[in-house]
Order: sequence, then structure tokens, then C-alpha cells
Amino acid sequence: MTGAADSHPILPPDQGPGKVTDQISRIPLHFPARRRWLIAVVLSSMLLLLFFVSAIVLFARGVGIWGINIPVNWAFAIHNYVWWLGIGHAGTLISALLLLMGRDWRNSLNRFAETMTLFAVVCAGIYPVLHLGRPWYLYWMFPYPSTMGVWPQFRSPLEWDIWAVLTYGIVSAVFWYIGLVPDLAAARDRAHGRGWKVFFGVLSLGWRGSALHWWRWQQAYRLLAALAVPLVVSVHSEVSLLFAAGQIPGWHSTIFPPYFVLGAAFSGFAVVSMIAIAIRALLGLHNLVTDDHLDVLGKVLLATGLMTAYGYVFEVFDAVYSGGGHEAQTVADRFFGSYAWTYWGAVILNFVVLQPLWWRRARRTSWILFLVSTSVAVGMWLERYMILVTSLYRDFLVSSWGSFTPTFWDWSTYLGTLGLFLVPFLLVVRVLPMISIFETKEVLQREQEQARG
Amino acid sequence: MVEKGYYGLIAEFDSSEALLAAARETRSAGYKAIDAFTPFPVVGLADVLDFHDRRVLRLGFAGGCLGFAIALAMQCATNWSYPINVGGRPLYALSAFAVVAFELTVLFAALFAAFGMIALNGLPRLHHPLFSVPRFHLASRDRFFLCIEARDPKFDATATAEFLRDLKPASVERVPS
Repeated sequence: MTGAADSHPILPPDQGPGKVTDQISRIPLHFPARRRWLIAVVLSSMLLLLFFVSAIVLFARGVGIWGINIPVNWAFAIHNYVWWLGIGHAGTLISALLLLMGRDWRNSLNRFAETMTLFAVVCAGIYPVLHLGRPWYLYWMFPYPSTMGVWPQFRSPLEWDIWAVLTYGIVSAVFWYIGLVPDLAAARDRAHGRGWKVFFGVLSLGWRGSALHWWRWQQAYRLLAALAVPLVVSVHSEVSLLFAAGQIPGWHSTIFPPYFVLGAAFSGFAVVSMIAIAIRALLGLHNLVTDDHLDVLGKVLLATGLMTAYGYVFEVFDAVYSGGGHEAQTVADRFFGSYAWTYWGAVILNFVVLQPLWWRRARRTSWILFLVSTSVAVGMWLERYMILVTSLYRDFLVSSWGSFTPTFWDWSTYLGTLGLFLVPFLLVVRVLPMISIFETKEVLQREQEQARG
Repeated sequence: MVEKGYYGLIAEFDSSEALLAAARETRSAGYKAIDAFTPFPVVGLADVLDFHDRRVLRLGFAGGCLGFAIALAMQCATNWSYPINVGGRPLYALSAFAVVAFELTVLFAALFAAFGMIALNGLPRLHHPLFSVPRFHLASRDRFFLCIEARDPKFDATATAEFLRDLKPASVERVPS
């Protein structure tokens, strides 16, 4: 397997495989940053509590507690669904696409990127359920032989959605776990306490590193990766079809699938950068998540950001070229309407703020990359807001024009999902090896072989 | 000759190159029931040990076909059972069925490959004779082990131990069954 390490080793090659194993598997067994971790857990648990309160109030009183109404009947629920799902996609792309391309720099990032994917999908998946109005009828989405004799409408993108997200969630979880099993075995072999031994012993399924097992494992892992890459593209394309298949001006465009997929990768890589910087600082992993990793992440962020910017340009071109009056009016509304702040906010935070990443120094300085990534995460949030609300609030009939203002419960549900993401993520950081141990050793082995020539 | 009370003999090496060389010699000495234990997949080891098992990929392919068939059948059946005419559009709209068909293809292929791999590997397994070897925990750290199992027709407690020692391993230990 060749990789980016051909010319320049991505990991300091003077680290032995034993030392790396001990360093990473020590983290769950003897957690280094207990206090800071506890503070983070307490704060995110408060957000999670806010989520539960919001969900209970929603179930009791209905979606009327949100600001949605005709004409803007799709707002925060769908907007944050798209935003969270998009964030998740970068984890799969890092793990699967870069595995197939043999990029060694992925091996320090894939574990927490995949973990991020898992919980981002949970946050995304919960939103359409909350938005159903009568969430206890969720099972109506599935074709079961009901006494009513009716079935789901499989010719509608709204029905495709649940299949896409469920598949994505399950395949992400399986991919994550299959990649984790050998590391759970490594942690099991290092564990001393009875509790940890049982915990890792059961989870590692009795993995013993047999060559025959590795041989089959590699086939399964690479097959899963090869399935996951088109899956990501299909899932977010399908999400964009929720919009593009409708006739609303500003949605009805063929650019939507690639525009959404690239925007998703863009926001996801931003969040991966933030998590990489935070975890590296929290757990002291500077020898495994190096400045070179940040450098590559910065480059990918810049590239996906420029592609997203191309989407902005093309959206305007599409509207002008179509010659449709309502299309042009929607563009004017985005530029100058009541929600112009979301449009210009997205352009500034996603494009203008991105520009320092052309400089190597900026990419390698963790606080600059962190701030740019935060800006991108917020910018992509504004972009999703803009796409939904500016298209809906003034559609074809002047008589049906209206406006949307998020209510307290809109905001509390959204902030709550941050807790829904962070609490399980922090728990996983606490109890599982957050950097792939055996894949790091593979990279070191290749680097040492290359150094010997 | 089958030895009683033995699972086999295990030799420890400190690099993947040493393991590869040793595995090659063991193969050419005529041993069949051998396996290696490594901290990460070692490139070329499957060739040396002569593994050709591609059932995981075949299972994945079978799963994908099954998922695709189920998805198409499900979508056609629901439209057949309760036909809804939407502006004269076709009932069996394959282009509209493509998304769910693709998702279920991926889902079934992934589940078949993943669970197939676990099942073919005989996992989950709570215990294995190898875990009683005191140094075996290093197989997940930085050591490489080669095991000749007692069920090998050529296995002989003393001769095989002698053979393994000639490969210059860091240690040779017997694995009680």
C-alpha cells in the first residue's frame, strides 16, 4: 500500500509499536484528564437534559411550540437534520474513502471521526421523528400489512429518507465496531482491573490476532469501506432530493445533490478538525495527531470549501439562466430580503474566513484552524437555514407570503442535540481507544520499512 | 502422531520479517496446521500461509443481491397491492425505486460481510487455549507468534519444538489444550 507517507512520514517514525499500544490503551484504563473530562460531561449533560425537557414538552404540546407555520413549515427540524447528517459524512469519508486510497494520515483520525459520525447520525435521525407531530406513528414509515390496507409511498423522496438514514446509521455502526475489535483486544490484554478485563474481553469477542482472522477481517473491512463511500454520496444526495424534487424556487435545481454532498463533507471536516485539536490537547496525543495531520485537514477543508463556494455561484447562475421570475425573486430575497443575514453570514463564515488556510502556517497553528473550523460549522448551519427559510417564506403566491422566527423551543431543542451528541461522544472517549492502535502500528511499520529502503 | 493434552507449540518473534521467514520455512518443512498471531495484518503473510478463503466477499455479494431483490420486490408489491395514480406516472417507477434498492443492497451486503466474517472466524469466543500462554498478550502489542497445532499429522512434541527452536525465535512455549 502506498500513501502520503511516501515522501514524508506522517508520524514521527522513532516510535515503537509497543510504546504506541501502551500509550493509547492507557487512556481508557488510566484516564489522564479526569477533571477536564468531568467538567465537559457535566456541561454537556445539562444540554442533554435540555434536550429531554424540550422533547417531552414537544410530545405533550405538539410541534406548535416551534416557530413553524404555513408557509415556512420546514425550518429548524429539517435544517438541523441536514446539518447534523452532513457533519457525520466526513467521518465516513475519512475512514472509508481514505482507507481505499491508502492515505496513511487517516489512521490517526478515523476512530474519533467515525465516533463523531455515529452520534451525529443519532442527532440527525431524531429530528424528523420529532418533526412528525405524532412520533408514535413512526412505524407507518415501514411497509407492514396494516388493516388499513395502505402502504408507504415509495415513489416519494420523503419515504426514501428513512431507509437512507437507517442504513447509514447501521452501516456506520458496523464499520466502526469491526474496526474497533482488534483494538478492544489490545486494551483487554493491557487491562488489569477485573471490570476492565470483562468489559474489553466481552466487547473484543475473543479476538486473538490470528493471521487467518486478519485475512477475513481485511476483506470485510475493505468491503465495508467500499460500500460506505457510495453510501455517503447516496444518502446526502437523497437528502437534497427532499428539496430538489419539490417545485419551490431555490430548491428545484439539478446542482443540489453534489452541492449538498460537498457542503456536508465541508462541515464534517470542519468538525473533525475541531475534535482532533480538542482531543489532542485533552489527551496529550501530539505524537500521534501531528501538525502534519492538521495541515492535511486544513487543505481538505479549503478544497471542500471552495467547491461549496462554487455551489453558491452556480445557484445564482442557475436562477438567472433559468429565466424563471420566481427563481430570480428567490435569489433577490436571499441577497437583500429579511433573511439576507443568513446568506451573507454563510458567504462570510464559509468563504471569507476560510482564506487564511492557503497559508501553511495557518493550517499548522491549531487555534487558527480551530477558529476557522468553528466558523465553517456555524457558516454551514446558516447556509442550511438560508436554503430552507429563504425559499419558503415567499413562494409563488403573494397572498401566502409569511415569515419564520425560531421560538425558545426551537433553540432549546437544537442546543439540546449538542448534548445528545457530546455526552455519548465523551463517554466513548473515556472508555474506548480513541486512536486506532493497530492501524497506527501499520503506518509506523510502513514508515520504518521505507526508511530502510 | 496426535499428542494428548496439547493444543500445539507456539514460537515468538520480534519482527514481522522474522515471522514471515519462519512461516515460510515451516510451510516448506511440510507442516499444514499452522497459524500466526500478529498485532496488525502483516502484508504477505496470507500468501505464505496459503489462505485462499474468499467467503467473506462472496457473502457480501450474496447479501447485496438479496437486499436488492428484497427492495425491488417490496416496492413493486406495495404499488401493486394499492396502486395510486399520481398524474399518470408509472406505478413501477424503477428510477424512483433506485434509492431504496441501493440502500438495502448496501445494508445487506455490509451486514452479511461483517457478521459472516465474525462467524467464519469462530467468534465470539470466551476462551481459547492460546490465552493461557503467559506471553501471548504481547500478540496485540508488538510481538509476532507462530503456532503449529498438535492436530498437524507431522506434529511431534519434541521434534517440532526442536524445529521451532532452529528458527531462532525469542521463545518457544507449549500450549496446553
